[in-house]
Amino acid sequence: MIEISHLTKVYGTKTAVQDITFSVDRGEILGFLGPNAAGKTTTMRILTCYMPATSGRASIAGFDVFGQSMEVRRRIGYLPENPPLYSEMTVEKYLEFVGGIKGLDRRLLKTRVPEVMEKTSIRSEAGRIIRHLSKGYRQRVGIAQALIHNPDVLILDEPTVGLDPKQIIEVRELIKGLGGDHTVILSTHILPEVSMTCGRVIIINEGRIVASDTTENLTRRLMGSDNLYAEVEGPEEAVETRIRALGGVTAVSRQKTGKGRGNGYLIETEIGRDVRRDLAALVVGQGWGLLEMRPVGMSLEEVFLHLTTREEEVPA
Amino acid sequence: MRNTWIIFRRELRSYFSSPLAYAVMAGFLLIAGFFFYAILTSFLNTAMRSEMQAQYYRMAPPPINVNLMALRPFFHNLAVVLIFTVPLITMRLYAEEFRNGTIELLATSPLRNWETVLGKSLAAFVLYASLIAGTLVYVAVLFFSGKPEPGQIFTSYVGLLLLGGAFVAVGTFLSTLTENQIVAGFLTIILLLLFWVVGWADEFAGPAVGSVLAYVSLLSHFDEFAKGVIDLKDVVLYLSFIGFFLFLTHLSLESKRWRTR
Repeated sequence: MIEISHLTKVYGTKTAVQDITFSVDRGEILGFLGPNAAGKTTTMRILTCYMPATSGRASIAGFDVFGQSMEVRRRIGYLPENPPLYSEMTVEKYLEFVGGIKGLDRRLLKTRVPEVMEKTSIRSEAGRIIRHLSKGYRQRVGIAQALIHNPDVLILDEPTVGLDPKQIIEVRELIKGLGGDHTVILSTHILPEVSMTCGRVIIINEGRIVASDTTENLTRRLMGSDNLYAEVEGPEEAVETRIRALGGVTAVSRQKTGKGRGNGYLIETEIGRDVRRDLAALVVGQGWGLLEMRPVGMSLEEVFLHLTTREEEVPA
Repeated sequence: MRNTWIIFRRELRSYFSSPLAYAVMAGFLLIAGFFFYAILTSFLNTAMRSEMQAQYYRMAPPPINVNLMALRPFFHNLAVVLIFTVPLITMRLYAEEFRNGTIELLATSPLRNWETVLGKSLAAFVLYASLIAGTLVYVAVLFFSGKPEPGQIFTSYVGLLLLGGAFVAVGTFLSTLTENQIVAGFLTIILLLLFWVVGWADEFAGPAVGSVLAYVSLLSHFDEFAKGVIDLKDVVLYLSFIGFFLFLTHLSLESKRWRTR
């Protein structure tokens, strides 16, 4: 449904997003996790045709966001960080307006507006002026706005920010209910939010993707492993199997070939277990060549240190 | 076209759901009313004096023309007041969208930039037209108490509409340059004043430059309408001026897309 390949965005001298590649399948809810200023909003703005990328391609439902921008816009609903509300309008008139510019005709609006108000539980506020609504209701009007034309893809930028705990739970339930019918990308800097709502997570830091996996895998990986990078000269298959068989190794993945003649391997081990001695012994014993071996700095973990790992507490 | 209509309707409704439209209308009609009263009083004084003189010298009273002596200066004054009024109408058009972030909604909806430009400037123009329509009341007073020439009044209003269209186009453009409404409004006033006073420079700017300056001076063209003359070259000037600035607005929005942070 969503394809992004080698996307880069440079503002002047600052690179906001660098060489990002990922894809999202139909009906999936993807969490876009990262500390503030990691490039989440930039990526979303490129996806929604708000601004063009410096290089790389992005497409939604097969339409290029730059070349076929009108087709893309018809298929996306977008909730920016600040809900784009006209504060002097009533909720109902506002939704009619948004529906209008998204291309819904008058007859369809008559049924669609009450439908999305029902879905986002703002029916009771239909006649109220947006300026007078509480933050929670405004956020919901923002979500209703993104849903009005029943888009294939929903892009939600920090949808729960600034809400109180009860509202947060309600909004998350709402988003969870949207998966299946809609493909959803939601950005957040709150770790538990992702595990609660998303099937898959992409972690982004300083404009680069540092991890991409299902929520469960990612949590497991985070919980207990150290990484080691080794470059070994020898028959690939055999090397991989033998390393995996070492005590303490939890996973081995082949990396792109390194500088030398050998192949690169990323070895994940149990926490606190140093397998370097065993590994060296294995390689030498087999008559292979150990060209390089170094522990890999856990960028993932570092990123997580910057993330809010707990719910923000509401000031009393 | 449908999108333009939707933008237009929202924009117009938004004008009338804020105090701005009412404040601008009340203020403008108050000032216009004052000018009308002052000019009419002085016209009546002149008329009375010349009548008395004529009686004293036992001559036929000289012809006195209300169109030339009262309405023409009245419309000219209106045009100057509009330099300060129209920017108040146009300054919010885009600046407010940038400030509130609603531009993200417009820019990610299946709308073309020119569609919003047309819808927005049209809404501002309609508000402007209703402002001008308010002054018809004063003109009607003249018809009760005298015999003004309707033709010149008609051409004056045509001129006011074209002039206002040009003002609105300039204001719409400048509103895309900043997210601060006050700055947008102030820049519009300055630019409109410039377009007025460049005409004065034609005397000392040399023949070639001077004629160009005189030609782009917006108010000097309006004077022709106030005299009762509709000249194609004036109409063309205003229309191309409007088209040019609306095009600039469109370009400004397009380029913004590449610059946004």
